[in-house]
Amino acid sequence: MSMDELFAPMKEPMILGAAISIVVGAVAIVAGLTYFKKWGWLYKNWLTTVDHKKIGVMYILVALVMLFRGGIDALLMRAQTAVPENGLLNAEHYNEIFTTHGLIMIIFMAMPFIIGLMNVVVPLQIGARDVAFPRLNALSFWLFAVGAGLLNISFIIGGSPNAGWSAYFPLASTEFSPGVGNNYYAWSLQISGLGTLMTGINFITTIMKMRAPGMKLMKMPMFTWSALITNVIITFAFPVLTVALAMMTLDRQFGTKFFAMQDGGMDMLWANLFWVWGHPEVYIVILPAFGIFSEVISTFSRKNLFGYKSMVMSMVVISLLSFMVWVHHFYTMGHGVMVNGIFSITTMLIAVPTGVKIFNWLLTMRHGKITFTTPMLWALAFVPIFTIGGVTGVMLAMASADYQYHNTLFLVAHFHYVLIPGTVFGVLAGYHFWWPKIFGFRLNEKLGKSAFWFIVVGFNVAFFPLFILGLDGYARRMYTYSADTGYGPLSMVSFIGALAMAVGFALICYNIYYSFRHSPRETTGDPWDARSLEWATQSPVPEYNFAIVPKINQLDEFWYAKKEGRDITAGKYERIHMPNNSGAPLWMSGVMFLFSLFFVFSEWTLVIVFAIATLGFMAYRSFENDEGHYIEVAEIEATERRLRGEK
Amino acid sequence: MKKKVLIMPALMAFMTMILSGCQPLMVFDTKGPNAKTLSNTIILSIIVMAFILLVVYVLFVFMLSKYRASKQPSGYEPPHEEGSTKLEVTWTVIPIIIVTVLSIVTIFTTSKVEHQQTGYENKKPLVIYASSSDWKWHFSYPEQGIETVNYVNIPTDRPIEFRLYSFGPITSFWIPQLAGQKYAMSDMVTKIHLAADQEGSYMGRNSNFNGKEFAQMEFETQAMSQADFDKWAKEVKANEPKLTEAKFKKLLKTSVVGRESFSSTHLSFSPAPEMDMSKHSGESNKKDSHNMDNMDGMEGMDMSK
Repeated sequence: MSMDELFAPMKEPMILGAAISIVVGAVAIVAGLTYFKKWGWLYKNWLTTVDHKKIGVMYILVALVMLFRGGIDALLMRAQTAVPENGLLNAEHYNEIFTTHGLIMIIFMAMPFIIGLMNVVVPLQIGARDVAFPRLNALSFWLFAVGAGLLNISFIIGGSPNAGWSAYFPLASTEFSPGVGNNYYAWSLQISGLGTLMTGINFITTIMKMRAPGMKLMKMPMFTWSALITNVIITFAFPVLTVALAMMTLDRQFGTKFFAMQDGGMDMLWANLFWVWGHPEVYIVILPAFGIFSEVISTFSRKNLFGYKSMVMSMVVISLLSFMVWVHHFYTMGHGVMVNGIFSITTMLIAVPTGVKIFNWLLTMRHGKITFTTPMLWALAFVPIFTIGGVTGVMLAMASADYQYHNTLFLVAHFHYVLIPGTVFGVLAGYHFWWPKIFGFRLNEKLGKSAFWFIVVGFNVAFFPLFILGLDGYARRMYTYSADTGYGPLSMVSFIGALAMAVGFALICYNIYYSFRHSPRETTGDPWDARSLEWATQSPVPEYNFAIVPKINQLDEFWYAKKEGRDITAGKYERIHMPNNSGAPLWMSGVMFLFSLFFVFSEWTLVIVFAIATLGFMAYRSFENDEGHYIEVAEIEATERRLRGEK
Repeated sequence: MKKKVLIMPALMAFMTMILSGCQPLMVFDTKGPNAKTLSNTIILSIIVMAFILLVVYVLFVFMLSKYRASKQPSGYEPPHEEGSTKLEVTWTVIPIIIVTVLSIVTIFTTSKVEHQQTGYENKKPLVIYASSSDWKWHFSYPEQGIETVNYVNIPTDRPIEFRLYSFGPITSFWIPQLAGQKYAMSDMVTKIHLAADQEGSYMGRNSNFNGKEFAQMEFETQAMSQADFDKWAKEVKANEPKLTEAKFKKLLKTSVVGRESFSSTHLSFSPAPEMDMSKHSGESNKKDSHNMDNMDGMEGMDMSK
C-alpha cells in the first residue's frame, strides 16, 4: 500500500479539515498533559486502573465522544438531504458517512454507554467490591477503545467502510468494494466484539457469584436483572458475529467464497449470520435501558416497581424471542408465505412482553408522588415516544405490509423511534441519575431540562417526517433525490429537528463544565432519596465500594431500612483485599490495535510480528504472580470520615 | 408538563393529516390489486395501532396529572404495591389477541400478494425478467423476444409476473403503486406478481443500497392498453437492434445508462439463475450448468433470433 493510497481520503477538503482538527486536538491534549505534569497521574489513576467505576467512567467518556462523532455524521446526512440535488457531500462520502454513523452509534456509542453504566452501577447494586475479573474488565474496555479508534482513523487513513452498517455481500466483497474500508469494518468490530464477549462472561459471573449476603435473584434491583439478561444475550450472540466477521475477512483478504456471487457462495448467508447477531444486538442495547427506566420511575414516584415478577419474566421472554426473529430483516428475500408468516408471528409477539413493561411502568406511577427531575423527564418522555416506535415495529412485523416499508425511511424512522427513546433516553436518564454517585455532585437541573426539551422536541421534528416520506416511496440511503419527488419540504423539516437535537447535546456537554464549577458537593451519598443499594455507600464511591458489606432481606432493602431507621452498612471495619492496577490490558490492546491495523492493509510481516507479541503478552500474563493488596482499617476510617464531610 | 406532553402527539397527528391530505402518499395511491391489498393491510394496522397509542397516552396523561408531587398533600407517602395479577394478565392477554388477529391478516395478505392477482386468475401472466447490474435495470420479455433497459412497459388487463435476479449486489425491485418490493439476487430467481388496473406512468426503483449511484437507480413503469402494448412491442422488435452477447457484456460494464431497447433478450446466452437452491452444492460453476429446459414460463421465448 503506497502513501498515496493511504492518505487518499484526505484529498477531500472536509476530511482533510477533520484530520487537521484531530491532529491539533491530539497535540493540544499531549501538550497539556506534559505542561501540567499529569502523565503519571493519568497512567496511575486511569489508564492502568482495574476499578470497575473508573472503567465505567472511561466507557462513558468514549461513548460521549462517539456520540458526537456519530451525531456530526447525522447532521451532515440531514444537511445533504435537506434540499433536492444538494452538492454538500458526494455519493461516496455520503455512503461512508451513513455506514459509519450506524456502526458508531450502535457499536461504539449505545453499547459502551450501557456497558459503562453497568460497570459503574451493577457491582454497587449487588453490594460487591468489584467485578469478578477486574483485569479482564480493563482488557474489555481497552479492546473496545482500540476498536473504536481503528474505525475512526479509517476516515483519514485508507478510506472508511461504505457498504452500509449491515455490510451485505456481495456489495461488501472486494469485487464491489475494493479498498480497505470494509477490512476496517471487519477488524474494528472483531476487536471490540471480543471485548464485549469478555464483558458478557465477566458480568454473568459477577452477578451470579458476588451478590451481597441475602440477595436472592428475585431480590435484585431491576437494572441488575436487565444487565444479567443482556450479558446472557451477549454471550450467545457475539460468537456468531466473531465467526461471521472471520468469514468476511477470509472472503475479502484470502479469496475464499463464502458469500461470493460465484463458486457456490451465498450472499444471503451473510445477511442471515449478520442478523442472527444483529437482532439480539438491538435488545442488548435496549434491555439495560428498560432496567434504568424501572429504577428511575420507581425512585421518582417514591414507589416500588409495579409487577416486579412480570417485569423480570417479560425480559426473559424478550431475550428468548430476540433470537427467533432475525428473518424479519429480509422478508423480501422471497421466502415462502410459511417462513415469512412464522417470523411475523415471533416478531409481533415481542410486543406482548414489551407492552407488559409499559403498563407496569405506568402503574408504578399510580398512587405515587411524582417529581420531575431531569432523569425522570428522560424516563417519562420514553413512554409515549417509544410506544410509537413499538407500534410501528408491529406494523413492520407484518410481512406483507413490510414489502412496502422495507428499505424505506419508514423503517429508518421506526428504528430511531425505538433506539433513541429506548437507548439514548435510557442512558441519559441513567447518566443524570448516577452522576452524583460517580462524581459527588449533581448536574444542573435547569440546564439538564433545557437540553431535554431541545432533544425531545428536536427528535420528533427530525424523525416523524421520515415515516411520511417512507410511505411516499423514499428509499433509505439515497444521497440525493430530484425536486419532482416532492421530498424536499419534509426533509428540510427533518434537518431543522436535527439541528435542535444538536443544540440539546451541546447543552448536555456544557452542563458538565457548569456543574463541575458551580454545583454544591454531595455528602449524603443519597441525593435523590433513592431505593437500591448503590445509594447506601458514599459519593463518590471509595475504591472498596462498601466499608461494610450490607446484608439484604428484601427487594429495595436500603429504602425500607431508611424508613425504619436501620443502618444496613453498620458494623466493624476489617481490612479489605483489592486487586492491583495493571498496565497489561492497555499495552496488550495497543499491540492488538497495531496487529489489526496492519491486517487491514495486508502487511503480513508486521501482522505476524504483532500476532507473536500478542501471544507473548498472554504467555507472560499466565506466569505473572499478582496477589493484590490490602486496604488497612485506618485508611478505611479516614476515607469514610472524609467522604461524610467530617474533618 | 401535562400540556407539553400533549403537544407532541397532537403535532404529529396534525402533520400526518395535513401531509397525507394534500396528495395521497405513494404507498396508498394504488393502481393495482397487489398494492391495494398492501395498502389496506397498512391502513388496518394503523387503525389498530392508533387505538393502542390512545390507551397508553390516556393512561400516561392521567398518571402524570393525578399523581404528581405538587397535587399530593405534603405528608403523603405512596403505598407499597406488589402488582396485580388481574391487571398484568389483562395486558398480556389483550395484546396476544391483537397479535393473533394481525398474524392472521398477515398470513392471509402475504399469501394473496404472493400469488396470481385477484380478478386476474383466469388470464395467463406476462412473464418479464427483471435483472439488475450496477445501477441499471434490464427487462427481458421472453414472449415478445425484446429487452429494455431502465424502463418497462406493461399491458393493463393482464397479470404480470416479474422474475428477479441480479448481476451484482443484492437489489430490491419496487414499484410502490403496483406492488411491494422483493430482492433480486445473483444466485436465485424471486418473483413478484402484480397487475395494473389503470394506465399511467409509475415510479419504480431499487430500494436496496448497492453502491455509489444507488440514488439514481430508478426506472419508469408505463402501464398501457394491451393494444398499445402490442404495438409498442412490435415496433421494438422491428426497429431496435439485436442484443448480442458482446453488446450485453459491454452494457453490464457501464455503470449508468439511459433508456435502451433491443429486439432480442440476453436470456439465450446469459440465462437467469435457477430457482432450485439444492443445486447450490457440489457444482463448481453453476452458471454453466443451467439448463434452459428447466425454466418454466420460457415457452414463448424465441431462441432462434
